[in-house]
Amino acid sequence: MIRGENIVKIFDGRRVLDDVSVLFDAGKTNLIIGRSGSGKTVLLKSLVGLHEIDEGNIYFDDLCYTKLDFNARKAVRKDIGMIFQGGALLDSSTVEDNIRLPLDLFTEQSFEEKMERVNFCLKRVNLPNAHKLYPAELSGGMIKRVAIARAIVLNPKYLFCDEPNSGLDPMTSIVIDNLIKEITEEYNITTIVNTHDMNSVMEIGEKIVFIHEGKKWWEGTKHDILQSDNRELNDFVFASAMAKRAKANM
Amino acid sequence: MIKFFDTLGRYCLLMKKVFSRPEKWSIYRKRIVFEMDALGYNSIGIAAIISIFMGAVVTLQMAINLESPFIPRSLIGYATRETMILEFSSTVVALILAGKVGSNIASEIGTMRITEQIDALEIMGINSASYLIMPKIVATIFFFPLLTILSMVIGVFGGWVVAGFTGIMMPDDYIEGLFYAFRPLSIIYSLIKASVFAYLITSISGFFGYYAQGNSLEVGRASTKAVVVSSIAILVFNLILTQIFLT
Ligand SMILES: Nc1ncnc2c1ncn2[C@@H]1O[C@H](COP(=O)(O)OP(=O)(O)OP(=O)(O)O)[C@@H](O)[C@H]1O
Ligand SMILES: [Mg+2]
Repeated sequence: MIRGENIVKIFDGRRVLDDVSVLFDAGKTNLIIGRSGSGKTVLLKSLVGLHEIDEGNIYFDDLCYTKLDFNARKAVRKDIGMIFQGGALLDSSTVEDNIRLPLDLFTEQSFEEKMERVNFCLKRVNLPNAHKLYPAELSGGMIKRVAIARAIVLNPKYLFCDEPNSGLDPMTSIVIDNLIKEITEEYNITTIVNTHDMNSVMEIGEKIVFIHEGKKWWEGTKHDILQSDNRELNDFVFASAMAKRAKANM
Repeated sequence: MIKFFDTLGRYCLLMKKVFSRPEKWSIYRKRIVFEMDALGYNSIGIAAIISIFMGAVVTLQMAINLESPFIPRSLIGYATRETMILEFSSTVVALILAGKVGSNIASEIGTMRITEQIDALEIMGINSASYLIMPKIVATIFFFPLLTILSMVIGVFGGWVVAGFTGIMMPDDYIEGLFYAFRPLSIIYSLIKASVFAYLITSISGFFGYYAQGNSLEVGRASTKAVVVSSIAILVFNLILTQIFLT
């Protein structure tokens, strides 16, 4: 469970996040949706502590993350997996080394044990033969999958994904979305996914938070979303042809 | 002026982060070896080329300007040696390396910043500043003095080649001058300077890369700044160190 209370984040005097309170449950795929520039990435990075928030509190289960010092946060971070908008694989390392890095740093396992875990994770994301490739040699979809493998290698309790399927074709997007959903359920992870893709919303969204101009505008389930009478939310949702059709069929 | 102290303050904070206790020594050791290869070993070529030419030119200049029956020809060898050891092999080589190594470090780390690779390291619970910058600092502090020794040897050799080929002086006179009033201490002095310059180049370039933000334009700007600022720092510290050691 992850809880944010009255989060405020100010950049250059502008309230990029304005009094946002959110609650995300374990074992569920939680979505944050909103237009480009609405503050999704800032919210995600604030939750994990990559941005220091100006007001409010963040809880990971019962732990108040905002009050922890650097070293205590490091301990929590070992339970966090994150997938960045661009993948953020280390360019100078192979796929295998990228995934093994957290194991190298935080476990005392032997090389064989570590490689077994790396192999398992790569198989889990359907890339059993990519070990020796460098990030520059991967396609966009493969990069996202390696990023997922790296994020889950330490068995995280919390998984954060910033637009995991931006820039991918619809088929690959669905594969990635479902992969995230499966992993979430399999290991009972608290997962938070940023997206502006309505396909993902209808496919994997369980709890959905709609952010508009830095404020929490709406929250609910994917069943509620088509019937909401919130104007900004409707503008966002029905910009997609797929959602229009779904509404017409209701 | 305020901006200068603000930057200096942020630089010091970063250095504190860089030199905090590493997560795991074995990983750092591997990275240090890797950086020695990437930043040190790969600079041997350029250091050798400029050294042989500078040694040759210094010898030529000396020979032309010291054309007098009252000055022993061996003085040319002596002067070449002193120039190479005292200033050239540490300071000028460091300035060249500031261009090569400094821009390399700043653009590498800057790119990692804007493509969120540094955020990814932080999220894993890794002290990214230390993980990225410390191995580079340690590697160059150890490797640059080696480059300096190499540069001294090659530079003096360049002078000898010129002496032999152009016939402006007897190579034997040159060799005699090389060993005249030789003080091993000046080599130590030069090596200390090389280590200090290595630290300056690597930490300053790392700093500008680490705090790059925005897009590839900014990374380019960060790497230019890294080269300019580390060059100035080298010149300033050269003055300070010379004052401390040689007076
Ligand atoms: N480091 C920063 N400094 C200043 N302003 C920032 C910074 N990061 C984000 N912002 C501002 O915060 C706002 C929200 O940005 P954010 O990246 O969260 O958008 P987003 O919802 O993730 O958009 P997208 O879907 O395009 O990724 C933007 O207006 C942006 O200009
Ligand atoms: Mg974003």
